[in-house]
Amino acid sequence: MRPFTYERATSAEDALNRHDGDAYYLGGGTNLVDLMRLGVETPARIVDVAHLPYDQVQLNPDGGVLIGAAVTNSALAADRTVREGHPMLAQAVLAGASGQIRNMATVGGNLLQRTRCSYFQDIAKPCNKRDPGSGCPAIEGEHHNLAILGHSQACVATHPSDMAVALAALDALVHIRGRAGARVVPIEDFYRLPDDAPERDTVLDPGDLITAVEVPLLGMPSRYRKVRERASFAFALVSIAASLDVVGGLVRDVRLALGGVAHRPWRARRAEEALRGAPATPDAFRAAADAELAEAEPLRDNAYKVPLARNLIVQTLTELEETS
Amino acid sequence: MTERLESREKVTGAARYAFEYPVENVAYAAAVQASVGRGEVLSVDIEAAQRLPGVLAVLSHENAPRVDSEPDGELALFQSRTVSYRGQFVAAVIGETLETAREAARLVRVEYAAEDPDVRLRTDHPGLYKPDKVNPVFPADTELGEPEAAFTDSAVRVDVTYTTPAEHNNPMEPHTTLALWDKDGSLLLYDSTQGASSVQSTIAKVFGLDPTQVRVIAPHVGGGFGSKGSPRPNVVLAAMGARVTGRPVKFAVPRQQMFATTGYRTPTVQRFRLGADPDGRLNAILHDVFEQTSTVREFAEQTATPTRTMYQAPNRRTSHRLVALDVPTPSWMRAPGETPGMYALESVMDELAVVTGVDPVELRVRNDTDREPESGLPFSSRNLVACLQEGADRFGWAGRDPAPGVRREGRRLVGTGVAASTYPAYMQPGRAIARAEPDGTFTVRIAAADIGTGARTALTLIAAETLKEDIDRVTVEIGDSAFPRASVAGGSSGTASWGTAVVRACESLRGRLNGEVPPEGLEASADTSAEVKNRDEYARHAFGAQFAEVEVDADTAEICVRRMLGVFAVGRVLNPMTARSQFIGGMTMGIGMALMEESVMDGEFGDYLNRDLAQYHVPSCADVRDVDAFWVEESDPHLNPMGSKGIGEIGIVGAAAAVGNAVHHATGVRVRDLPITPARLLPHL
Repeated sequence: MRPFTYERATSAEDALNRHDGDAYYLGGGTNLVDLMRLGVETPARIVDVAHLPYDQVQLNPDGGVLIGAAVTNSALAADRTVREGHPMLAQAVLAGASGQIRNMATVGGNLLQRTRCSYFQDIAKPCNKRDPGSGCPAIEGEHHNLAILGHSQACVATHPSDMAVALAALDALVHIRGRAGARVVPIEDFYRLPDDAPERDTVLDPGDLITAVEVPLLGMPSRYRKVRERASFAFALVSIAASLDVVGGLVRDVRLALGGVAHRPWRARRAEEALRGAPATPDAFRAAADAELAEAEPLRDNAYKVPLARNLIVQTLTELEETS
Repeated sequence: MTERLESREKVTGAARYAFEYPVENVAYAAAVQASVGRGEVLSVDIEAAQRLPGVLAVLSHENAPRVDSEPDGELALFQSRTVSYRGQFVAAVIGETLETAREAARLVRVEYAAEDPDVRLRTDHPGLYKPDKVNPVFPADTELGEPEAAFTDSAVRVDVTYTTPAEHNNPMEPHTTLALWDKDGSLLLYDSTQGASSVQSTIAKVFGLDPTQVRVIAPHVGGGFGSKGSPRPNVVLAAMGARVTGRPVKFAVPRQQMFATTGYRTPTVQRFRLGADPDGRLNAILHDVFEQTSTVREFAEQTATPTRTMYQAPNRRTSHRLVALDVPTPSWMRAPGETPGMYALESVMDELAVVTGVDPVELRVRNDTDREPESGLPFSSRNLVACLQEGADRFGWAGRDPAPGVRREGRRLVGTGVAASTYPAYMQPGRAIARAEPDGTFTVRIAAADIGTGARTALTLIAAETLKEDIDRVTVEIGDSAFPRASVAGGSSGTASWGTAVVRACESLRGRLNGEVPPEGLEASADTSAEVKNRDEYARHAFGAQFAEVEVDADTAEICVRRMLGVFAVGRVLNPMTARSQFIGGMTMGIGMALMEESVMDGEFGDYLNRDLAQYHVPSCADVRDVDAFWVEESDPHLNPMGSKGIGEIGIVGAAAAVGNAVHHATGVRVRDLPITPARLLPHL
């Protein structure tokens, strides 16, 4: 272990003041501490923000919710407002990790998980995300569970969070406090594609602190479905957060986001566009899925994710249509 | 039904494991792994590491004490510049704290002359050769009749190839040693091992000591599955570090390092050819196996040996071909040989059932035999058919529609499968001491190991029964090489081997008990060497039948094992409670083998990539819905005084085939490369 200083922030201001640009904020520690043990992250200074007063889920007047960044994953999944108004969010949280980890992990930390790509986690190997410019062995190596969409020559990693996939479908807003004050970033703009700078997962600047995630009212049925290699405690091969509003057999509104397929939660805008106003039928769902996946560029060993994502979109929308 | 005697200590944390012994002045070791897959160490720069406060010593080939590597090349720690595989230990740090040792290990700079490692097992590898024997002492090849010609002439032919991946044992407790040297030159080891006596003799040889100078203590061991059946580099590292620093040294292999240094199951490629008549009666069986070993030490898994035992056929052949790659040395993992071999045999039997239209249970009954096909020996007992029939009854097999891919429940495809199990009933020589204490209690001592199997409990039951005493009055002490020498907990031979020694010692003691016990107690010992050597010639094997029902999501290829049922014939079951746990534990591991376990070799770097329990998937509770095990009455006078066969491994044997056969029945797709993941299955749905 390398020596580091540990400080507990007493307020957002205090946290910002303590952050020297290279410090790491600590939430539940369920990912950061693992990465420190592996030598992947080597912070000299840790500022604990898990005890800041952002541990509430509040109902907004418009019917949306404001989720504090320090709310644990377990508390979020158990929250009645969330379970009733945004079931896909509660389901997504419960599909991730294990009970013990969810008890520790925070909403803010969940958003900032690093990829579980094997090469990223092994400091004896090259990885552009961990060590920019060192190369990406995953492109020719082991990548059966890596990206099919939006990847680059520099990085084919996927984002591991389930919760963030639901938030992407929900048009969530990330509340951030930074040196220049407070700002709100739509979650789709919050995450980056790897391009030629895969070391940056998000648009956060050094010292930026996530204080809350705002989820607008959804008002239609939704669900989260995750396909993985075992029934619990495994990252998604492909997951889907979906919501569907059908009136008179036609799709009035739809939300679709995919997990496990890209460097960020993948909002399926093309599929949504194809579906709005279209008949709510399996054929239309399939055509929409195909429209979204037309730009997929699978690697040597992950082409199965294309039909998997397509089937999952069709299956989930069909189930939503049948129950709506 | 007897509960595990040490269960309270285990769940309350009072049971001590190797890392937990409180020792004053203890230091900690951390190892440096080779970051090239093959080559030579050019230099080891220890300056930065040594500057770290609290670093006591840095060991490498440049300064390590010389040891005798003859017993096992993997124990020749820091004895040469050669790097035989990526991840091999090339240096180590001893520090005042674990954190210091680990950080210093990161600061050790090793320069290499690197070559490209050769790490891919393939059937056209020019280095393939026929080993002199396969584990432990079986011939590599066997042949009876005219297998090739008989296969060609058979009315029905199946010719298919299966592959199984490398799999890692992954016991919960990592390989751990606490080493203490005494001023008199003797060595005390608290070790996580399946055999205190064998660690004692091997480590004595490595360090040039008399075995009486080495004591190994291991009362509780958190699993091994074969990987702790022989001492691993951790033992040598801890002992070496303790010698160099003059301090007690602890070393627990981190999970990530276990994937290179503590053994694993070899990947296999298995070609099977079955020739049969239209009724499914076998005329020819050909089983050709390809597998890997390392350049350090040969380990040849006996994958085709169960094929020599299972089914009748006048014409038959088995073969093993090995290639030494730049990989860690494979070793024992739960039922080595039987596990991969029976996966392939019981899958190809299912394929033959489909081709011939014979029910899979009936096909196995039809090819049953009362003599071991290749040795010609009579079986001491063989109740495969009884297991198949009782299993079929309990599972509800009757009336099964054999057509694959036709049972739909909504979007789910449902199917069932069956496979047979077998495992040899081995017995090893050993010794035990039984004591009558003056207070009316009894103590039995033997250097046996309880790696979570319930061995301590079984031996206590055996001792109490032989002494005709209440179990509360009998204590069995194990896990200490100072006790009478015992064989390794391996080959499912523990209870048979140790139990026999315990019975003989207790019988002898009873013979000498005559009224009051003298103040110093009364003692009797036994050595079963002659008894084991002089056993009649029989083919001794346990058998079983496993049934699985799966559902497969037709859209996503997710597979759920809805229920699994095993029926076994294992002689006399000594303790139903722990026996059932052994069976269902093995079956659960078989679910893992069928659906998720796979150590992924990186072709470029030459190491196993998915080296933690988040990436290397074993079944979670949610994957194990309904698993149950039963056994048939079996009385076998040719085994041992208890009439028991080993039960630690047979549960995994055949389990993966039962699941795979059920997946075929559900979907009509035969995935012949394990594990059956959505990535492998979905493209065919």
